[in-house]
Formats: sequence, C-alpha cells, structure tokens
Amino acid sequence: MVGIVGYGAHIPRHRIKVEEIAKVWGADAPSYKKGLLLREKSVPTPDVDTITLSVEATRNALRRAQINPKDIGAVYVGSESHPYAVKPSGTTVAEAIGAVPDCHCADFEFACKAGSEAMFVCLGLVKSGYVKYALAVGGDTSQGAPGDALEYSASAGAAAFIMGTKDVIAEVLHTHSFMTDTPDFWRREHEFYPQHGGRFTGEPAYFRTVTGAANAIMKKAKMTAKDFDYVVFHQPNGKFPLRVGEMLGFKKEQIEPGWLSPRLGNTYSGASPMGLTATLDIAKPGDLILMVSYGSGAGSDAFVWRVTDRINEVRDLAVHTTKLLDENLIYVDYGTYAKYRHKILKNK
Amino acid sequence: MFPARIWREFPQRYRREAAICKKCGKRYFPPRLICAECGGRKFETYVLPDEATVVTFTVIRVAAQQYSDMAPYAIGIVKFDDGLQMMGQIVDCDVDKLKIGMKVRLEFRKVQSHDHHGVLSYAHKFVPKWY
Repeated sequence: MVGIVGYGAHIPRHRIKVEEIAKVWGADAPSYKKGLLLREKSVPTPDVDTITLSVEATRNALRRAQINPKDIGAVYVGSESHPYAVKPSGTTVAEAIGAVPDCHCADFEFACKAGSEAMFVCLGLVKSGYVKYALAVGGDTSQGAPGDALEYSASAGAAAFIMGTKDVIAEVLHTHSFMTDTPDFWRREHEFYPQHGGRFTGEPAYFRTVTGAANAIMKKAKMTAKDFDYVVFHQPNGKFPLRVGEMLGFKKEQIEPGWLSPRLGNTYSGASPMGLTATLDIAKPGDLILMVSYGSGAGSDAFVWRVTDRINEVRDLAVHTTKLLDENLIYVDYGTYAKYRHKILKNK
Repeated sequence: MFPARIWREFPQRYRREAAICKKCGKRYFPPRLICAECGGRKFETYVLPDEATVVTFTVIRVAAQQYSDMAPYAIGIVKFDDGLQMMGQIVDCDVDKLKIGMKVRLEFRKVQSHDHHGVLSYAHKFVPKWY
C-alpha cells in the first residue's frame, strides 16, 4: 500500500480583512466579498517565509508519521516564493528536520501546483522502492501587486506530506495529470509581482484544466462525484472551487471541509494540499477523497485517496488545520501589512 | 554574517541540539567543546523540547536597522523543563501583554536577511503557547 503516512500544515497567525484592503484602494469591499467569496487572508510577518512555513508544517507531519527523519530519502518543496533565486529551500527544510545527508532534494515550481507536483513525484519514488519515505511540501508567501485583484487573496501557508508504504493514513488509489500551455498567470525574472490574464484565468485556464483532470481521473477510477465523501480543489478564491465542484456534480457538503480560502486566502502551492490536511482532520476510515490541484501555465494533478483505520491513531498527534486557521488570530491594518510585505520603499 | 559561521551553528540553530557532559551530566546550549564544570570532553547530543517558560524579557522599541520591520519586539530568556535557558526573540504577541512565567512554543523563523543579497539566517523564536 502506498500513500500518506504523515501530514501537517502551518499558517501565520496574522490576518487582514478584505475591507481593510478595499478601504485603501477605494474599492467596494462587499462586491469583492460577494464576487470572490473572500473574507480575510493570512499575512506572513517579516520573519516568516516559505522555508519557515515548510519546516513547521513538516514537523507536524513528522509528529503524525512517528518515523525517524533519517529514513526520509527525498525532500521536495514546491513553491513560487522560494526565498532564494539560486539555492534550494529543501536543503534548509531537510537540515532542520534532521534528514540530511543521505537524501535527494529539489525545489519544484509550477505556479500554484508545485506542491502537488512534489506529492506526485514522492508517491512514485516510494512506490518504485527507490526511497523508504519521501517528503513533499507545498507552501508559499504569495505576492499580489498593490491595488490588484490578487492583493485580496494572495496569502501564506504550507502543507507537508510524508509518503511511505507502512502505516499509511491515506492510500493513493489513482493519479492523473492534465497539462497544456495556457499563459493565464506569470511572473518574469526579476519582477516582484505576478501578472495575470484577468477573466482568462477562469475560463479556459482554471475551469478547463481542473475539470479535465477531474473527469479523466474519475473515468480512470470508474467513479462519479457521488462516490466520493470529500473533494478538494485548488482555491484561488472562494468562488472558483464551489463553481467547479458544481460543474463536476459535487455537493457543497463534499467541498466544505477543505474549502479554506474564504478565511485563509490563496496560499498558492499550499492551497489544495492544505485543503487536504483539513479534510484528513475530519475524515473517517474508508472515506474516499478526490484532490485536484491547479497551477497556472497551466496544469492540474488529481489524486484519489482512501483513508485507512490509522487516521484515528494519528489525527490528534499534531494541531488541526482549522485550529490554526480560526484561533489565536492577530488582525493588522493595511500599513502594517504593507510593512510586513515589503511594499514600502525605504532608504538603504 | 559570513556563511561559514551560520553553517557551523546549524545543529543548534536549526535542530535545537544541546549537549550533556558524559562525565558530570552538566547540560549546555549551545554545546561546548570542554565542560566548564569538570573539564570533560565527551558530550551526548540531545534535542531541546519545543516548549519553555519565560524567565525574563525586555522590549526593543528602537531597533537596529535590520530588525526595524519587527519593532517593537521582545527579547527574552526562557527556561526548559531540564533547567537549560535560551535567549531569543518573542514574536506574534502584544509586547505590552507579555508576562514572566508565561508558556511559549519554539518556532522556526528567519532571524536575519542581510539586505536583499546576503545569506538568510534561520533559528528558533518564541511564540506564546496557545494550543
């Protein structure tokens, strides 16, 4: 049996409300809240980046996996906000958890699906027997240009999964990847903020790609929407995952446990992986979960997971994702947010 | 900071590795080469727990340039259950509500950025324990 043996998430405590951003730019907060189904988003402090979020998420995954970190043979961190342009994030993560030196390591990038790419590769390495355990992390401290629609959603968080063959929490039954060259969102080298194609990011980019992957994997698995207990989609805002779920025949109750974006924002590479952690937090043995990521450019990775009896033994060994999401929050104003996100030019 | 110095300190900065003198049992963080108590040179490595108690703290309101984005912030000394003490920054809190005796959790954070071109330094900071 191949699948997840440990999972964990981490989210910064600071939040900014949609109203606070809209106030600065003279935008209509109620229409943003209604149109994008967003209420607030997480904000990383200056001492939080993709590496720190990845380390904390991985430590939660290790608490559940209860394995020796030295047995992890591969560490892959997927992100579009790696702190270095040249030097891997994964080496710091591996060093911090004690997985070095006998370990393969790489950083992945594919817009918002870099985390699920890492998951896909880790499953393959474990299934082939090349490594005993493999660590996949999806995390970001994403950036939206001041005043751009992305500024209301670009947030921070990470999820980590340790894949293995023994004491599996969620067995992977099927995978499928769907990918075309669709330039809906990009950031050129040396540019600070990404750019996007407006409505083009919805149709044909997000909806065509997510439904393409979801329909293909359900056909491969000979399953339909009603066969699943839960489904997790990439969530660039609150609206898209609900709409794509409806297009595919899923009910809101199947989506809701992993639908974090209205109160978290879009954690980019962490988005659907974090939705999966929240879903595993409440899943029962035997439950079937469909997960479909999305990365601009554009592609989707789809996974069918079956939860095992072990979930009940390990679920409470680390903090639940919704606890990190909903409790002990610190709200900041736009000025503090702008300072934390280095949006203010200062003298050298 | 020169990368070699940061690199040498990874075991304690990244993994909270402390040392126990094999001869007299004295504990050290950061680890030492020679025991100040008995002169012993053999140590066993152990990992400090991820929770501690605030012993004392001070609030920095006029920060050095590289920390100005974090001001005001608190620097504190915390004590682990085995008696070892560690100094570091206390973050994610209202500095005016900090109290001696409060429980904190250790979190992996960025310590210095060295502008936009230098090597990044990471270590553990303290956050108020809430779960």
